[in-house]
Amino acid sequence: MSKEKSCCSSGDCSCSTEIITRYDKNDKWVTDEIHTSTGSVPVVSTKLNFKDKLGEWKVRWGIGRMNYKINPGIYAIGKPDQTSPVLVSANYKLTFDSLRKELSGMDCWILILDTKGINVWCAAGKGTFGTDEIVNRISITGLSEIVAHRKLILPQLGAPGVSAHEVTKQTGFSVVYGPVRAKDIKTFIDSDFKATEEMRTVKFTIRDRLVLTPVELVSAAKSSFIVFGVLFLLNLFVARPFGLGDFIAYTGAVVTGTVLTPVFLPAIPGKAFAWKGWLLGFLWALGYIWYSGWLIPGSLLLAIGYLLVLPSLSAYLAMNFTGSSTYTSFSGVIKEMKIAVPLIAISTVAGLVLLLVNSILA
Amino acid sequence: MKHRYLRNVATLLLSDETCIGCGRCAEVCPHGVFSVNKKKARIDDKDSCMECGACAKNCPANAITVDSGVGCTTAVIMGWLTGSEPSCDCSSSNGCC
Ligand code: SF4
Ligand code: SF4
Repeated sequence: MSKEKSCCSSGDCSCSTEIITRYDKNDKWVTDEIHTSTGSVPVVSTKLNFKDKLGEWKVRWGIGRMNYKINPGIYAIGKPDQTSPVLVSANYKLTFDSLRKELSGMDCWILILDTKGINVWCAAGKGTFGTDEIVNRISITGLSEIVAHRKLILPQLGAPGVSAHEVTKQTGFSVVYGPVRAKDIKTFIDSDFKATEEMRTVKFTIRDRLVLTPVELVSAAKSSFIVFGVLFLLNLFVARPFGLGDFIAYTGAVVTGTVLTPVFLPAIPGKAFAWKGWLLGFLWALGYIWYSGWLIPGSLLLAIGYLLVLPSLSAYLAMNFTGSSTYTSFSGVIKEMKIAVPLIAISTVAGLVLLLVNSILA
Repeated sequence: MKHRYLRNVATLLLSDETCIGCGRCAEVCPHGVFSVNKKKARIDDKDSCMECGACAKNCPANAITVDSGVGCTTAVIMGWLTGSEPSCDCSSSNGCC
């Protein structure tokens, strides 16, 4: 799309028709355009349509997750003017959607940074949601011409990437950190930019954890194909082939580590994630072995093998979840891993050896 | 229900002398680690610190330090095996970010 300039020949038009933020004309979430003194800005809807919801569902399951983004730039909600507040956010479409759906009835600007389609929290950790990008985006969009005030509202979760005083030094815009959750933004703005303690705190509720589990499950499932492949090959020359029973035992351990542990996280005794995963995995393995009637001397090798392998698998997957949790410190994760990883490795290898021996002997 | 993780590991440090009491740290911390009273910040709950680095980055007086490492477990293990720093390029679709 070329930058079109009209000459405003009628003479009564003081607006420039330069396009500040480009968008796809087929995007249903853009409802209109607003003309400012420096150019046109897309007006976006505060309602999510079917396509937006389908998109959310897909990325939650890890489909096309890395390419779900919108153009960086400035967008309008309602009919904002020079005095309207400016909210800053990331160009991950899911982030943008969860923000705009909370802004119905408001008039404001949204400054979208180029975070490469990654959410605010992760982008802040990587520094793409950061001081330089804000400074840069303010100048590209000509924000200083669009609004008369000098204040930006940033999501609090963007703070690890941004140095507020640096932004002010370089652009003249002061920074207020808004609430953690988009749903509190209206209240925050109405109460004169005051966030309560509650609005400032990250919660990690059961719902927060639940929405993260599908991606964990999908990525574990992908790696599992390797495991199945190996088992299939082993089947060619063992006496007791790996079959449905093993498949169920394995799948159970994966689900325990990627779904059950995250969901029941605070209710499981202990602190380390690997331990929590191990505990649930152990219960699963024990239950499964008992149900299969392997708790007899003849199947001892099999039973012990599974008790070594399955809980370790759950422990490892649960430990992975520290990367998605919002309260684990990196030093803590390292400490946990230094103990857990060797144990997991030893237990897995020992268990696998027993299982192999068992299927060759049987 | 407040989540609790391992205790006494967080690397958070606050220099009392340097602090000018602006309150920014309490504003940005997602876990309510700081309180600011009589123009001085105080660490109330160090064990809740997740080392995100927001406070240190936003302290205009540079009064706070914290090791804000990032990296998913897979990256850390790869780092151990290869002897390099863990780096998580969250571009793969694993659960890390
Ligand atoms: S941000 Fe820095 S200067 Fe401001 S209150 Fe906190 S420690 Fe003190
Ligand atoms: S590093 Fe993050 S969690 Fe820790 S005190 Fe600072 S802002 Fe709070």
